[in-house]
Amino acid sequence: MTLRDIIPIILIVALLAFLPVFVTANTVLNFLVFTLIIALTAQGWNILAGFGGQFSFGHAAFFGTGAYAAALLQVRLGINPWVAFVIGAAAGALVGWVIGYLSFRSGLRGSYFALVTLAFAEVLRILANAATFTGGAAGVLIKLDVRPENFQFESRAAFFWIALALVGAVLVLTRWIERSRFGAQLVAVRENEAAAKALGVDTLRVKLGAITLSGAVTAAAGCLYAQYFLYVDANIAYGTWISVEAILAPIVGGIGTVFGPLVGAVALHGLGEITKLAAGSIPGIDLMVFGSLLVVAVAFAPDGILGLLRRFRRPAQPTGASRHA
Amino acid sequence: MLEVQNATKRFGGLIAVNQASLKAAAGSITGLIGPNGAGKTTLFTLISGFERPTEGRVLFEGQDISRDEPHIRAQRGIARTFQIVQPFAGLSVVENIAVGAHLRHARRSDAMARAQEVGRRVGLGPELDKSASSLTVAGRKRLELARALATEPKLLLLDEVLAGLNPSEIRDIIPVIRAIRDEGVTILMIEHVMQAVMNLCEQVYVLAQGKIIAEGPPAEVCDDPTVIEAYLGAGAAERLKREKVHA
Ligand SMILES: Nc1ncnc2c1ncn2[C@@H]1O[C@H](COP(=O)(O)OP(=O)(O)O)[C@@H](O)[C@H]1O
Ligand SMILES: [Mg+2]
Repeated sequence: MTLRDIIPIILIVALLAFLPVFVTANTVLNFLVFTLIIALTAQGWNILAGFGGQFSFGHAAFFGTGAYAAALLQVRLGINPWVAFVIGAAAGALVGWVIGYLSFRSGLRGSYFALVTLAFAEVLRILANAATFTGGAAGVLIKLDVRPENFQFESRAAFFWIALALVGAVLVLTRWIERSRFGAQLVAVRENEAAAKALGVDTLRVKLGAITLSGAVTAAAGCLYAQYFLYVDANIAYGTWISVEAILAPIVGGIGTVFGPLVGAVALHGLGEITKLAAGSIPGIDLMVFGSLLVVAVAFAPDGILGLLRRFRRPAQPTGASRHA
Repeated sequence: MLEVQNATKRFGGLIAVNQASLKAAAGSITGLIGPNGAGKTTLFTLISGFERPTEGRVLFEGQDISRDEPHIRAQRGIARTFQIVQPFAGLSVVENIAVGAHLRHARRSDAMARAQEVGRRVGLGPELDKSASSLTVAGRKRLELARALATEPKLLLLDEVLAGLNPSEIRDIIPVIRAIRDEGVTILMIEHVMQAVMNLCEQVYVLAQGKIIAEGPPAEVCDDPTVIEAYLGAGAAERLKREKVHA
């Protein structure tokens, strides 16, 4: 990876960093922070599914682990929230490794792998909903105590910048994956596992690496969520909704690309907000927009918005044999 | 270099490979021929680690590798091609080859440079930036060869890399294979194109119904009545001889 590889990332993150200067309304900042948290969640999914071809349907398992770890470590054990954040991401990595080890070791792939991840997330949701340590169905409330060393801020902009920095860091991480041996092997596993093995790729190790990274990133998003809303319960943290968000954003934005999850999250939630404003308070209108956008994306832009842009930029792409003739 | 000792592979009731033994000497080109369904590809999967032998052993450089995973065998220096080509369809040709090159080159730039070199060598130079899925049959066969070669193997297992190519394409690729051997790579090849076998192989093994039924220099093996009968059915050798006398 060279500096040139990350210049677009630096530029886009720098541009986005100015947003809070222009928009100061709390509702808009809320929306921006939420969208970034979704983008981060989806970036985690994209590493495993977009680059590695292992379609998880249960990324809530990681998101929820991060959210609960962040909340419980500070509420129950009095650990500093910043430290809890780091432990939360590490816990997500660990859960990722365990799920990966159990399923990849036994050769699960495709829809079987998707179902197993869904099952893990559901089991965790039920456990978190029942256990007393997690606060049961009532959830956990993080005490309001606005101090920076407490990971709580007077202004929402501060939180926006932290979320943006994390998204930016994962953009760089994803770019590194694209440019590294690990990434080449991961993509090879996605494209054809037998061929990858024949070329000396330790496919188990590569998949475990991907799910561990993926778990850490999505768990970091969960930590942020808990820290921002100061409340976690089982249906938020381990709910199917977040697994779906994690999948939708990359599919709409461009699966297996560096910017896909961010673009998709912004497009989906941006459009969702606009329709909510335009259509008033028809319940579920944003979900209908989600659904329609997904259908449109799958039918007309299988490579997402970024794929569509690429096609427009290079319309006269010569195909096949003529190119070098 | 490579020694297969009494390897047997059963798939349920079917015995695909039956007590087969063979050797490939370092720096040689050894052929493996036999009718369709004889068990040749299965024998390759035992050597490359995709299947484990039900009985028997595979020795590589004197060590028993029968239980090693495929990627471990690749690291040791065994590379295979697939009879049914297995390209990374979503990647470009050079990216396909680079996956192989990454086995010995950690840095992306090194692996890509190596991949271009290997790609040009097998005649894929003009195709390097195309999508692998846009290649013709001949191109895909070359890609199989290039990817395997990019792992810098000591032993190269070629499974019908000439099948589906026209005579001029075959003529182009034979010198490439010989040049690979001349660099010190040991080659074991499954091949139906007898012209290539005669041309390239020093030693040939014949597999029929899972058993090695003959071995020796190609010219000798092709005259062997057991071999002729394995291909053409019982009594064929006798018939051929009679026809020759009458002619
Ligand atoms: N994975 C498998 N499961 C069951 N049968 C197999 C499998 N692989 C090969 N066979 C059978 O083993 C026999 C030998 O096949 P193969 O090794 O592909 O022959 P060849 O390469 O000589 O044409 C065939 O009858 C084939 O159907
Ligand atoms: Mg075969």
